[in-house]
This record gives sequence, C-alpha cells and structure tokens, in this order.
Amino acid sequence: MSANTALILSLLIPLIGAVLIALAGRWPNLREAVTLTTAVLLFAAVIRVLMGLNDGEVIGVELVTVFSGLSIAFNTEPLSILFAMIASGLWIVTSVYAFGYMRGTKEKNQTRFYVCFAIALFGAMGVAFSANLLTLFIFYEVLTLSTYPLVTHKGDEKAKAGGRTYLLILMTTSLIFLLPAIVWTYAVAGTLDFVPGGILEGKLDSGAATLLLMLFLFGVAKAAVMPVHRWLPAAMVAPTPVSALLHAVAVVKAGVFTLIKVVIYIFGTDYLADVPYESVAVYLAGFTIVAASCIALRQTNIKRLLAYSTIGQLSYIVMATMALAPFSEIGAAIHIAAHAFAKITLFFTAGAIYVASKKTEITQLNGIGLRMPFTMVAFAVGALSMIGVPPTAGFVSKWFIIAGAFQLENYFVLAVLLISTALNAAYFLPIIFNAFFKKEDVAPAYDHQEAPVSMVAALCFTATLTILFFFFNGPVLELESQIVRGEILNEQ
Amino acid sequence: MLTHLPVLVVLAPLLAAPVAALMRGAFAPWVVATLVSWFSFVCSLLLLAQVSDQGVIVYSMGGWEAPWGIEYRIDFANALLLVLITGLASIVMPYARLSVRHEIGDERSPMFYAAMLLLVLGLCGMTATGDAFNIFVFLEISSLATYTLLAMGKDRRALTSSFSYLVMGTIGGTFYLIGVGFLYVMTGTLNIADLAERLPALSDSATVRTGFAFIVTGICLKLALFPLHLWLPNAYTFAPSAVTALLGATATKVAVYILVRMVFTVFGVEFSFVTIPLSDVLVPLAIVGLLSASSVSIMQPNVKRMLAYSSVAQISYIILGIGMGTAMGLTAALLHVFNHGVMKAALFMALGAVSYRMGGTDLKHMNGLARTMPLTFWAFVIGGLSLIGVPLTVGFVSKWHLILAAMELGWWPVVVVILVGSILAVIYIGRVVEAGFFKEPEDSTRREAPAGLLIPLWILVIANIWLGIDTRLTVDIAEAAAAQLMAGGVVR
Repeated sequence: MSANTALILSLLIPLIGAVLIALAGRWPNLREAVTLTTAVLLFAAVIRVLMGLNDGEVIGVELVTVFSGLSIAFNTEPLSILFAMIASGLWIVTSVYAFGYMRGTKEKNQTRFYVCFAIALFGAMGVAFSANLLTLFIFYEVLTLSTYPLVTHKGDEKAKAGGRTYLLILMTTSLIFLLPAIVWTYAVAGTLDFVPGGILEGKLDSGAATLLLMLFLFGVAKAAVMPVHRWLPAAMVAPTPVSALLHAVAVVKAGVFTLIKVVIYIFGTDYLADVPYESVAVYLAGFTIVAASCIALRQTNIKRLLAYSTIGQLSYIVMATMALAPFSEIGAAIHIAAHAFAKITLFFTAGAIYVASKKTEITQLNGIGLRMPFTMVAFAVGALSMIGVPPTAGFVSKWFIIAGAFQLENYFVLAVLLISTALNAAYFLPIIFNAFFKKEDVAPAYDHQEAPVSMVAALCFTATLTILFFFFNGPVLELESQIVRGEILNEQ
Repeated sequence: MLTHLPVLVVLAPLLAAPVAALMRGAFAPWVVATLVSWFSFVCSLLLLAQVSDQGVIVYSMGGWEAPWGIEYRIDFANALLLVLITGLASIVMPYARLSVRHEIGDERSPMFYAAMLLLVLGLCGMTATGDAFNIFVFLEISSLATYTLLAMGKDRRALTSSFSYLVMGTIGGTFYLIGVGFLYVMTGTLNIADLAERLPALSDSATVRTGFAFIVTGICLKLALFPLHLWLPNAYTFAPSAVTALLGATATKVAVYILVRMVFTVFGVEFSFVTIPLSDVLVPLAIVGLLSASSVSIMQPNVKRMLAYSSVAQISYIILGIGMGTAMGLTAALLHVFNHGVMKAALFMALGAVSYRMGGTDLKHMNGLARTMPLTFWAFVIGGLSLIGVPLTVGFVSKWHLILAAMELGWWPVVVVILVGSILAVIYIGRVVEAGFFKEPEDSTRREAPAGLLIPLWILVIANIWLGIDTRLTVDIAEAAAAQLMAGGVVR
C-alpha cells in the first residue's frame, strides 16, 4: 500500500465506518465493535502516511478540480500528520471510554452519536490533510455541521440553546470572516495552495495584510480567540466523550491548526514579520489567555472550568504562532499534542466522576480522591500539565514557547505566560488538594467507587501519555522542527 | 433534425398541450407531459453541445430570413437557461403525478398538465427567440398558463393571489411592450440582433431612454425585484406544490435572462452602465431587497412562504451580480440563476412531500420530521445548506463567484451584505431544522413520502451536490456566456 492510498483511506475509513455503524445500529455490541475497528484502522492508515512522509515519499492526491483551477486536494507535512495522529489515535481511546460512558448514563440515540462522531473524524482528517485553503474550508464546515447533533444530543431546552449558540457562532464567523478571507487571498494570490514560505509575499500592502490576518483570526472561531470563544462553553452541554475528543482535541485543534497553516504556508512568517500591526494578534491572544484564566477561576461547574481552561490553552498556541519566532512555532505545534493529551484526560475524569457519582460541581469534589483514586490522580496529572509542571507534557511545549519569546525578546509573551501559570495553579491546585485531603461534606446519596473499567482504563492511559510525552518527545520534536527548518537555515 | 433543434424545444410542448387537454383521466396527460418534457430536455442538451461546438446558432422560422421572419438565436446564455427550464420540468413532471392527484384531483388533471406544458412552452420560447416582440408573445403565454396554475391551489386564497399576480403581471408585460414599441419607432426593427446594431447610434435619443426605462421596469416586475415583489409570496404559497417547484425555479429566472439580454445585448454595456447609471438603481434595490426579504422570511410561520421570501432575497443576489456590470458579476449572476433553480426546486419539492403526508407546510407540520420522514427531512436540510452556501453544494459555487466579483470592484460593503444574507439564511433554515430535529411529531404514525415523490426529489438533491463539486457544466458555460454578452451587440 502506497502512502497515497493510505492518505485516501484515512479519509474513507471514517466515512465508511459511519455507514456501517448506522447499519449495525440495532445491535449495540456489533455497533461498538465496528466503531472501535474503524478507529484502529484509521490510526493504522495515518501511521502508514507518517512512514511515507519520513521516507521522503511524494505524497499528494488531487481529487477533483472544482472551478477556476481550484481543486479538492490532499497532501501532508509535519504539522498535518501530527494533528491527524493525535485525532485518530485519541479516537481509539475515546471510543473505549464512550462505550462505558454512554451505557453508564443510558443515553438515548446512541447510534446517531457514534455515526456523527465518525463523520466528525472524517472532517478532522480532511482538515488535517487538505492541500489548500478551499479543501480546508470545506472540511472545516463538515466538522461544524457534524458536531451540531452531538452538542444537542440530549435534546432538552438547555442542549438546544447550547447548540444554537454553537452553530450560530461557528457558522457566522466562518461565513462572514473566513470565507471572504479565503476569497480575498485567492483574488490576490491567484492560488490557495499551502506553500512553504507563503503565497502572499509582496502582494498586499501592510494595512490590507493586517486586515486579512484579523479576518483569519476571527474567522477561525474554532481557535476560540476572544471575543469569538462563546461557542466553546456552550458546547459543554454535549456528552463528555464529545467534549473530550472534539472540544478538547479535534474541533479546537482544527482551529489552531488552521491558523498555524495560514501563518506558515499562506502568509509565510518572513512576510508576516514585516507587517507592522501583526503584533495585534499576539496581544489579542495574550489577552484571551489571561481573561479566560480569570473567568475559569470563578467557575463552579467542572466542564465549564475545563472549557475556559481550553480557551486559554488554545490561545497559548495562537500567541506562540503569531509571535513568529522559530522556537515558538515549534512550541505551538508541540502544544497541540501536549494540550490534547492532558485536556482529554481532564475531560475523561470529569465524565468518570459524573457517571460514578452524578457530581458536576467543583464544590462537591471534597474527599472524592479517596473513593476514586485512579481518576483523581489522572486529574492531577492533567492539571499539572495545564500549569506546565515537569514531568508532564505541558512543560515541554511551554519551554519552547518561552525560548521563542527570548529569541525575539518579546517580554509581553513572557509576562502572559507567567501570569497564566499562576492563574492555572490557582484554579487547579485547590481542586486536587480538596479531593484528597478534605473530608466529604455530606455522605453521597449512594456509595460509589470508580467509574466503569473501560472509562478508568482510558483516562489512566491518557494520563500516562501525558507523562510519557515529557520523556519521549524526541521524534515529535524532530518532525515539527521541519516546519521552520528553512527559516532557521536562513538566519545562519 | 439536428438543425431544427431550436424550434423543436418550443414546438414539442406547443403540440402536446392541446393533446393533453383533450385527454381523460390523470394518467394519460401525465405520460404525455412527462415524455414531452424529457424530449425537450434532450433537445436542450443537444443544443448546448452544438453551441459549444459551433458557436452561436441562428435559426430562421419557416425559412424566412430575419427582418421579415422571426429568428431564433441560441448562444451560451440561453442554451444554459433552456437546459435549466426543461431539466427541471423533466424532474417536476414525474413528481407531479402523486402530488397533483392529492392536491388537484383527477378531474382537472388534463387541464393542469396542459397548462404546465404551456408554461414550459412560454418559458422556452422567451428564452430561445431572437425577436423582441416574440418575447412578449411567449411572455403572455407563460403568464396566462401561470395564472391558471396558481388558481388551482387547494386554498381559496389561491384565487386572490392568482388575480393579483394577473394584475401585476399584465402591468409588467405592458410596460415591456410599450418599451419595445418605443424602440421599434426609433429603429424600425424588432429583431434583437438588428436592434443591437442600430441602437448605439441613437443613444442620445430620449425615446430610446424612455423605452429602456419601460423595459427594465416591466421585467423587474416580472422577476420580483424589491419593491416590485409583493405578488410573489402569496402566489408561491398558495399554488399547488408541483407548480411552486417549477415556477419558483424557472419563471423568475427567465425574466432575469430577458433583463440580461436587453441590458447587455440590445442596449449594450456602454449604454446601460455608462450613459444610464443602471448600477445605481439595481444595486441599492438588490441590497435592500436581500436584507429585508431575508429578515422577513425569518418571521414566517409557513415554511413555503418563508421560502418564497427567500426567493426574493436570492433574486436580489442575481440582480446584484448583473448590477456590477462586469464579466465576473455577470458570470456570478448566471451561475446563481442556474444554481438557485436547482436548490429552490429541491426545497419546494421537499415541502410538497411534507404537505402530501402532513397536510400542510406550517412550521408545526415540520415537527419531528427527522423521525417520521427522514428522507424528506434530509433532502430539505441539504437544499437548505445549499441556500446558505455551504461548500460542496451549488450555493457555495455561486456565492464564491459573487464575492470574488464584488472584491474585484473593491465593493467591500457589498461583500459584507452578501455574507450577512448567508447568516440570515442560516437562521431561517435553522428554525425548520430545529423543529424537524427536536420537536415531537404531531402524529408519529405518519410515514415517509411515497417513492414517486422521493425519487425526483433526491435526483435534484444529488444534483445540488454533484454540481457543487463538478462545476464544468455550470461555471465554464456561465463564463463563456458572460464573455459573449459582455462583447456587446451580437456575436455573428
């Protein structure tokens, strides 16, 4: 099997999987077996693409020319393979987790849930492997639409209201800002292909380039830079597996991934560095980090707290990307992975707590560490990674972002990181402390231990990944440093 | 036979209409109407192929050369329109069998099919002919057929809506005729090609300018440009489903074509956009129409009426493209003429299926549709996505070109208006989707619509996606047509 075939397969597998899941809907065991098989096969296909990339195979598939020389085409590069690996790999874990969660909470319409999940993964793979902005935009919308039924899964008034906010913000921003940004890029550059070094250099004056950058920044609302972040807390009405994989990994990472792609392959960091007001983007992201952390401090619901934490962490990536130093670009790419492992762990624990004890509020967590030791240790690992304490994944990416800040002597970035670290510690550490060292205020309605074993296994696995990433990040680093290698060479 | 194609398209329904009227029962006239529509469709496709091969086709009726006889002249623009009209007729006719039996009854069926054929005849005739007075003749034929068809609606209000369209339509037709009379006085010819040759020398004449004003106003009434659109919502709402589908998709589009033919070919770009500031009239009206009609459709309790207002908004997009007066704008307008026909017909046909099973098209009839009539519901959703302009649908293709055209002129506010229109579409389509998805069905025993309605419906839905991906047919021909029209005068 050639890498090109694997690339096509990694798009087809989730789509075919969705159909098969729908057909197997009547037999839950079979349906879940199909889900898991699809996830494993997808991961295998993505690995094959990665091997092809490492061997230097030429990878690129053009499906169909749409109009005016624009085509739906796919290829891969270090950044896209990283995103695809994370999304597809964690889908396997999330599937295992979801079986326990969906059965544990006796959710309705489970078939629809798994089908939409598979379609969302199809969207994520499309975003990852798209070779131009048009293809990326198409799959970006697939991702939005396929996750809407997941957000509104419960079907009650709260879910509907959340879904409305979700769809309206994501659709509105993508149609009002992102689409014109793409058409504008096409009108100016005559192409939409992702090219190392960018396609816009010398084609826009600096004012227009700033405006275009802002259109991209706010058009890609999935990256949740304030003030287009409101959809993310709204999406928390979804079942927890959705929040875990989609709203901590696939959907939000598709957002920051798009922004990194735009900065590196559409603008080009060299050109963007000459745009005088580019740093506005850095300030916006910095503001988002601090503001989101402050809001997180005041949350009482676990999932909402995690949502605001995600908003802050996403802006780490945006800020690092927009800082334009080679190290910070690498840091941004690595943070996609680091944050994914840690945040999915945190959501897994939130869901495990809910299934085991029906608790959703932070104030209810006193002493729960004694009943659910595995879950709460995993929570601690995830939280430490958010703060950026070694030995967790979060430390690695933060290291690079700080190194990038020093490369450019950008003290704003540095200050934001310090403040954010303090705030993160302020809202995560008390939870851990109370869970283990405080007594339960009231005895729970019923005696409970850990959540079902498939959920605990999943969250322990991702917590372990979070720690392992600290020690064994060499291959990822090497891969991602390729995205800026050209520029580092230029400087020498 | 191939040399007689231009007249065969028109002749076939003309001969078949009285035959259908003389038959008894519902089945035989239906067979005649369907077969004739298919025949005309094949002829139109062959014509389009001929135009691509040989360029413009000139056909002299009865062998009489132009100044004495009537001439049919087929270029890319009207070949594309003919394909649209006959193609949609070929899909709506098979669909009509069940829908008409349900809404009109067997007894009046022969008259119904005869009137449908006359409508097709009138629309094809207006499109194919190269004679300004002949256009008026066919305009009246199609209008009279339309009044009859509108009056056949179940609801008694269909009669008043038909009557008010009769009044407005007659005014529009008369204005057009007065305008053509003025031109005849000045040039002594009714042949479009000759008019185009003689008019530039007379551009200072007040008579010609008055004629221009009469013609443009008259046609704008027929195509329902804001604020001359008031006849349209009632007409569409109370007409039988099959009639709304065909009428909504084609009738106003042919009026748009006549406007294009008059403005670009007869009067020429120089006269229409420089001597007379047509842009200053059309563009503001289109913008106001787009925003107001979209906003009004959000508040409609009846979904059919909502789509009728949406049609007014969509026509405003087309007029916007024409008002730009550039090749790109015209391309976008022609594209949207075709694409909007495809999507609106699908939406109205989906509503027809709802009305068939649920007995109405109010928002409450849409409740729980995702469960009771999933195939109809998803057809509506895909049509709705196309209306919004989501990628991979035809709506995206036309919106893309429209934005590109506005950017080319630097009309940034217009870009914003186009995008805001999309957002409003998200809201009004979203209401229906939410009702179908979340609300409990009024009567959960209702089943999916019969295959006789679903098959034609889904052919169109698939066309919505197919033509959104493979745009060779639409974009290339629209570009070629725009180039021909912009060249001014007549391509010999």
